[in-house]
Amino acid sequence: MHEMSLCESVVEILNSEARRQGFARVKTVWLEIGVLSGAEPEAMRFCFDAVTKGSLADGARLEIVQTEGQAWCLNCAKTVAVVQRFDACPECGGFQLQITGGDALRVRELEVE
Amino acid sequence: MMCTVCGCGEGDGHIEGQEHGHSHDHEHTQDHVHDHGDHIHFGQGPAHAHAPGLSQARMVRIEQDILGKNDRYADANRMHFIKHGQFALNLVSSPGSGKTTLLTATLDQLKGTLPMAVIEGDQQTSHDADRIRATGVRAIQINTGKGCHLDAHMVGHALDNLDLEENGLLFIENVGNLVCPAAFDLGEAMRVVILSVTEGDDKPLKYPDMFAGAHLMLLNKIDLLPYVDFDVERCIEYARRINPSIHILALSARTGDGMHPWLEWLRDQRNAMLNARIAQLEAQMAILKAQVGS
Ligand SMILES: Nc1nc2c(ncn2[C@@H]2O[C@H](COP(=O)(O)OP(=O)(O)O)[C@@H](O)[C@H]2O)c(=O)[nH]1
Ligand SMILES: [Mg+2]
Ligand SMILES: [Zn+2]
Ligand SMILES: [Zn+2]
Repeated sequence: MHEMSLCESVVEILNSEARRQGFARVKTVWLEIGVLSGAEPEAMRFCFDAVTKGSLADGARLEIVQTEGQAWCLNCAKTVAVVQRFDACPECGGFQLQITGGDALRVRELEVE
Repeated sequence: MMCTVCGCGEGDGHIEGQEHGHSHDHEHTQDHVHDHGDHIHFGQGPAHAHAPGLSQARMVRIEQDILGKNDRYADANRMHFIKHGQFALNLVSSPGSGKTTLLTATLDQLKGTLPMAVIEGDQQTSHDADRIRATGVRAIQINTGKGCHLDAHMVGHALDNLDLEENGLLFIENVGNLVCPAAFDLGEAMRVVILSVTEGDDKPLKYPDMFAGAHLMLLNKIDLLPYVDFDVERCIEYARRINPSIHILALSARTGDGMHPWLEWLRDQRNAMLNARIAQLEAQMAILKAQVGS
């Protein structure tokens, strides 16, 4: 359950942004979670609620934006879509893929007051 | 203190041998480290921060990587390792695949040939650090408490206490868990995933993130191959699907079968790192010499 520590890092980011940008409460958090990031959206929701209790984001809404997996196929020399790390290239069936997108875990935007 | 971006505050993890001597001049938020005796405890308590001032609801774009802070600690650790010529390995696997057994066998073989030290990560107990110390090699235990992985911050604190000799090998045994440690760079030069043949040959497909991030896969417990349905070729094929460039070795930490190629790999990788460092220092020397005109 490293989603717990990921959510703790989210709260740290919120705290330091609150100091930097001068807000007191966070009402909504938009998180980008790539399908290849290794974090589960449902587990993130569960941990987010637990970890934000008593923080500046207590009761905040969590909006999760899932991004698609992308890889560069060495055979086809082009970018293709992947859903899992062990997917074959949808064009040539090969496994010479380098993940190029969909592995990010990012706090994108906040609604604050 | 080596970590330059530390945010120590409060929690329940634990590192051996550390008095909490915090001399950072940066801000402290919520994680806390309790250091006593020969152990470091870690864990994060809930955050409390209330920024002053009220305003209307508004949108703030921030675009920050959630793992950004870990990655900054990892970079600081990596700089430290490079500067001191330490070849650091992060050993990851599920519990019981044989990490500690492999380490004690490795230390026994290499002892006296080069400086070595071990950072042991477990949720509780210092059993594994005790097993390492029985070989005569310096070890420090990190207990992560509830934490299911080591992070770069914990390792930075452990480094403060280890008093490492220059130009040695540093083994970091991660918490037994084939999922979570994958996300946390510790600043290591190489990540080694250990898979024992009793775990099933499909593990690279089931836990792809761990195999995607590893430089070397060690198939351990090959002495048990006659008793289990484990297809070595298939396992290798699965691992290469996930990570085409992964290096693979098979061994038994118990019988010593296959240990030699692993020890060779360690020496070769360490030498490659030291050679890169030598080239870098020589380039710097050349610049300095040119500047003083000698
Ligand atoms: N048969 C066999 N058993 C092994 C081997 N390596 C480790 N073990 C056993 O596996 C169990 C777990 O080993 P340990 O080193 O504690 O695993 P760790 O949790 O990954 O550190 C112990 O009972 C070891 O004796 C091996 O190569 N062959
Ligand atoms: Mg162990
Ligand atoms: Zn976990
Ligand atoms: Zn292709």
